[in-house]
Amino acid sequence: MTPISRQSRDPLPYLVLPALMALALAAMKFSAWLTLTVAGLAVGCMLFLAAIGLTLIFGLMDVLNFAHGGFVTLGAFIAVAVLTALPIAGGGVAAALGVVALALAAAAAAGGGLGLVFERLLIRRVAGAPLRQILVTVGGGIILQQVMIVLFGAEPLALPRPEALRGGFIIAGAALERYRLMVCLLGLLVYAATHLALNRTRLGLLIRASVENREMVEALGFRAERLFRLVFAAGTALAALGGVVWALYAGMVTADLGADIIILIFIVVIIGGLGSVSGCFLAALLLGLANNYVGFLAPKLALGTDIALMLAVLLWRPRGLLPMDGA
Amino acid sequence: MAEAMPLLELAGVHTHIGRYHILHGVDLAVPEGRVSVLLGRNGAGKTTSLRTIIGLWRASHGAIRFAGAEITGHATPDIARLGIAYVPENMGVFTTLTVAENFRLADWRGDPQPARLDAVMAAFPVLAQKWQARAGTLSGGQKQMLAIGRAIATEHRLLIIDEPSKGLAPVMVAQLTEALASLKRARTTILLVEQNFAMAQALGDHVAVMEDGRIVYRGEMAALAADIALQTRLLGLSLASHQ
Ligand SMILES: Nc1ncnc2c1ncn2[C@@H]1O[C@H](COP(=O)(O)OP(=O)(O)OP(=O)(O)O)[C@@H](O)[C@H]1O
Ligand SMILES: [Mg+2]
Repeated sequence: MTPISRQSRDPLPYLVLPALMALALAAMKFSAWLTLTVAGLAVGCMLFLAAIGLTLIFGLMDVLNFAHGGFVTLGAFIAVAVLTALPIAGGGVAAALGVVALALAAAAAAGGGLGLVFERLLIRRVAGAPLRQILVTVGGGIILQQVMIVLFGAEPLALPRPEALRGGFIIAGAALERYRLMVCLLGLLVYAATHLALNRTRLGLLIRASVENREMVEALGFRAERLFRLVFAAGTALAALGGVVWALYAGMVTADLGADIIILIFIVVIIGGLGSVSGCFLAALLLGLANNYVGFLAPKLALGTDIALMLAVLLWRPRGLLPMDGA
Repeated sequence: MAEAMPLLELAGVHTHIGRYHILHGVDLAVPEGRVSVLLGRNGAGKTTSLRTIIGLWRASHGAIRFAGAEITGHATPDIARLGIAYVPENMGVFTTLTVAENFRLADWRGDPQPARLDAVMAAFPVLAQKWQARAGTLSGGQKQMLAIGRAIATEHRLLIIDEPSKGLAPVMVAQLTEALASLKRARTTILLVEQNFAMAQALGDHVAVMEDGRIVYRGEMAALAADIALQTRLLGLSLASHQ
């Protein structure tokens, strides 16, 4: 596994996930463990989808996009719009998956398109000025949220999951929800696709080279600026994908969705190591699992799980689990 | 020999970096098919001149022409696409990528031609041995070979190299000199910044000397090499003592 840039060859962080799972298994019955693990992995995959764009954009452009949550919210509202426009009451699994795929595509298109506008209007003007970048992306995020309140209203909108994606089945005494399995699959798919794109394509090669030395990439004749725009749009498109998945999970959407989960997203990105794709995936799964296990074993401690996990990881690895070399 | 129009020409070029005025009207001509050497003390403005040519700094006044067309103020990739290869002082090797991957990025149009790569490997056999190694694990000399190898892995009209001998062991310098000499024999146009006398003299046809952001001397390399007093005046010490 490799993030945007080369990561440390340290194998220990990869062992944290199986260690946590083993620890939890020792503390509970297998059926409970399996249920919690699948559910936790699903939450982790949703977190990953919501967070991956933030870490990609930071890794390549050195831009921390505080408006990222707004793009997640956008994706959620697009999901509401698509599923409302195409009700498939009682339709089969294929129809349900088709509509969800359509919502994902529409959200990615909207998120990517708006990302391009956002980059042109705001990000490009504050290139190389980190402080102003923070202000501009925070401000842009607020505007985004307000515009969505105007467009979709301030009241929560219900988003019933298609019939075929509700419920689940029992395996070995554990209840496995269909939707959660689907989310796990999607998370894996996006992780694999991002990983392959970065490591197996010429475009990915160029992105990794730009992370290290943008000037040299340009001196070789490549238009790094276009590359940056592309990555920014990909990052915001992925945020919108995350929004769709969250919305279908929660069953309802408000304009606060992005603001509500942005802290979690930042925790994932920080634990994983800023800019690291594999780190982001690992951290998201960790967070999802830890929350579920702790919530089951010691409900009173559940609220502090995220912060405690971040603290523990940062004390152990101050730059996150899988930091980029030289970052 | 009558001078045809130079391939690259700087006329009265000024460059500011932030609020510092670094280049104060540089006039420089790089004739086609020749090796031009740019000399000057540390901090004279050699690197700044090269960076201004390739568009990494923007000239605040003056004109830069390449192959008859004005390129002043153009974006770096556009300048590079006209056929200029630039090997910076820090070599610009992508250390997180493998040697093979570095070569894949030699040409913005696509993967470089195998025949051309073979020629580079013949000049720098060590790169073939290290083909799958991360460039960050190469020695300084190997990195320099990779940087120059990558620059010549595709056809260029002008090769700009900033102090290739810097920090290298004498054997490495000799090997690099030989590689560049064979480019010279093939009539490659080169603009070379170099402080190592043996290398500068072996390769240079023309020479220009910079001081405080201006060209203060221009002439044939042979003439400067023969005139110890002139060297002392221009460079503070004879070129020979740089070895
Ligand atoms: N990024 C920068 N910011 C401010 N000043 C700079 C910068 N880069 C170079 N300078 C200044 O510009 C002047 C010329 O620097 P330059 O690197 O062009 O010299 P040089 O002739 O290449 O020297 P050397 O032989 O040491 O490589 C120096 O005084 C240097 O301090
Ligand atoms: Mg220099």
